Amino acid sequence: MEHTSNEKLLDIRDLSVEYHSNGKIVKAVSNLNLSLKKGETLGFVGETGAGKTTTALSILRILPELPSRITSGEIWFNGENLLLKSKKEMQQIRGKEISMIFQDPMTSLDPVATVGKQIEEMIGLHEKLPKKELREKAAQMLEQVGIKRERIDDYPHQFSGGMKQRVVIAMALSCNPNLLIADEPTTALNVTIQAQVLELMKNLKRQYQMSMIMITHDLGIVAEICDSVAIMYAGNIVEYGTVERVYENFCHPYTEALFDSIPSLDEDQEELKVIAGLTPDPTNLPSGCPFHPRCPYAGPECAQQAPEVRETEPGHIVRCHKDLKGGSGNE
Amino acid sequence: MFKYIIKRLLMLIPILLVVTFVIFTLLYITPGDPAKMILGQTATEEAVAELRAELGLDQPFLIQYLNYMKDLIFHFDIGTSYTTGQPVIDEIMNCLPATLKLALSSILIAVVVGVPIGVISAVKQYSIFDNIVMVLGLAGISMPVFWLGLLLIILFSVRLGILPASGYSTWQQMILPAVTLSAQSIAVVARMTRSSMLEEIRKDYIRTVRMKGQTEMRITIFHGLRNALIPIVTVIGTQFGSLLGGAVMCETIFSIPGIGRLMVDSIKTRNFPIVQGGVLFIAIGFALVNLLVDIIYAFLDPKIKAQYK
Ligand SMILES: Nc1ncnc2c1ncn2[C@@H]1O[C@H](COP(=O)(O)OP(=O)(O)OP(=O)(O)O)[C@@H](O)[C@H]1O
Ligand code: SF4
Ligand SMILES: [Mg+2]
Repeated sequence: MEHTSNEKLLDIRDLSVEYHSNGKIVKAVSNLNLSLKKGETLGFVGETGAGKTTTALSILRILPELPSRITSGEIWFNGENLLLKSKKEMQQIRGKEISMIFQDPMTSLDPVATVGKQIEEMIGLHEKLPKKELREKAAQMLEQVGIKRERIDDYPHQFSGGMKQRVVIAMALSCNPNLLIADEPTTALNVTIQAQVLELMKNLKRQYQMSMIMITHDLGIVAEICDSVAIMYAGNIVEYGTVERVYENFCHPYTEALFDSIPSLDEDQEELKVIAGLTPDPTNLPSGCPFHPRCPYAGPECAQQAPEVRETEPGHIVRCHKDLKGGSGNE
Repeated sequence: MFKYIIKRLLMLIPILLVVTFVIFTLLYITPGDPAKMILGQTATEEAVAELRAELGLDQPFLIQYLNYMKDLIFHFDIGTSYTTGQPVIDEIMNCLPATLKLALSSILIAVVVGVPIGVISAVKQYSIFDNIVMVLGLAGISMPVFWLGLLLIILFSVRLGILPASGYSTWQQMILPAVTLSAQSIAVVARMTRSSMLEEIRKDYIRTVRMKGQTEMRITIFHGLRNALIPIVTVIGTQFGSLLGGAVMCETIFSIPGIGRLMVDSIKTRNFPIVQGGVLFIAIGFALVNLLVDIIYAFLDPKIKAQYK
């Protein structure tokens, strides 16, 4: 297939990923389509187990080798299909072109290497620099994220969670990537630190002019820093559009449920409202629309036939039989 | 760090006190009279009694022990051999090089062979290689030293005639005993390396390094193995201890004049000072290896290093 649009930095087509565990097959991602323009920040939202991390790892091709399998799809990046790249070519793309910040900063650094060495390793892999310059550059990266350069020879256990995440961010940005994937970069941190790290990422994104995929549970974060948003449910994207359009005019029952579950600021709510029903069993997804057992709008067709995507307004895509806003479906 | 080492060395003293006391007690209650063994079955009662008095064996147990400790602590004297009249320390020093050579070459083989096998097994988990290694490993652990030694002698010395079956001065002579003695340790080291590696290579930070674009080879060695080393070093340390024990059997089979054989001979002739001295040496060796392992920990794990300061 020929890749035509020059504007798109990333274009995922029909991606399906499975995990094989204990003789069962988990369909973590099924026939997912998603694209990202240069300079765009995309929010990638969905509850736990939706397949967000799996999608991200597929882009970098660092899924755990034994249990996982990409069963279909193409991942076009800068006009090239990453899934056809050799191991060596992928190694040159990782870190340099596409870089990632992982979910848990506590465990994502090597415990026996100094933070300086870990940043140097990243830079050294993609730039042939003398040792001294590597170190200098690593120190500069630390300063960029608000860590004193004197701490370059400290080990990860000497840093707090928020600082570790800063180190990870410094590392991820050290080769000036075109695309940064941030996998819930703040979930493991406490609220004040969350705000600081987000602010930092916002500034760095502007400064480095890169595209970004921000994976999160938090619609507030998306509103704050993203241009567009993709809502994921049970391995597929159910709604996609610009943040403005989706927030003002969401059309999918699951998106509605997500917005309903946000605690409002004026009510002094102790508990988060949760979406009714259980998250689907990934080894045995419901037939038809996977959301139908929990969907208040579900009709008889929903259990039988998986809905196709349709555009409710230009660039705003929904995967649902019904039209929440218009009332009638488009069967 | 330096302070820590001194502290650990001082802690050796109570350990050695306990060791000497236990071995002294064990030998005291061992049946068989050394004086009779020295003089032979035909000796008269008076001659035996005289020798017992001369050796101090007629004294009560506690006095014997205190005399021994007095000599040990104040004169660094651990007695003289009943049979040769030589100082025990000299006899042991004569035998030490052979044992050290055997034990060191065995542990070297165990590390050089066991660690790479374990790493490959872990990286290629469930592969044919991994399965074969695991079966062989089980065989290696359950195979008695004397049996393996005899098998190797029959194959390589008797049938093929390519390796000598005894002696210890040339490296050819060292091959069979060292391989025999290391078989178990290879298996133990390989299994520990495998399980420790399996744990490490699944951890999140490995994924981070992969994200950087690092090659699999370097990820495995400089991050995976590097982090997996602590349990591996621990098991190498304990293996070294059990090698000293295994050396007794191995030295006997291959006629190597090491401490192991010296002690077996001395037990047969009730030459107690030699046995005590030998045990003391092995205990010290064991303790020093443990100390070395603990020091290595500090270099391997920055968290441990921070505690030592
Ligand atoms: N290594 C694995 N082996 C087997 N199943 C896995 C593995 N990793 C993920 N899965 C399964 O794949 C599905 C998608 O997981 P994924 O981690 O992509 O979800 P996620 O959207 O990132 O969730 P979270 O918000 O909790 O991070 C889940 O059902 C999960 O149980
Ligand atoms: S397709 Fe049916 S079940 Fe699925 S979200 Fe739409 S209305 Fe609900
Ligand atoms: Mg995740």
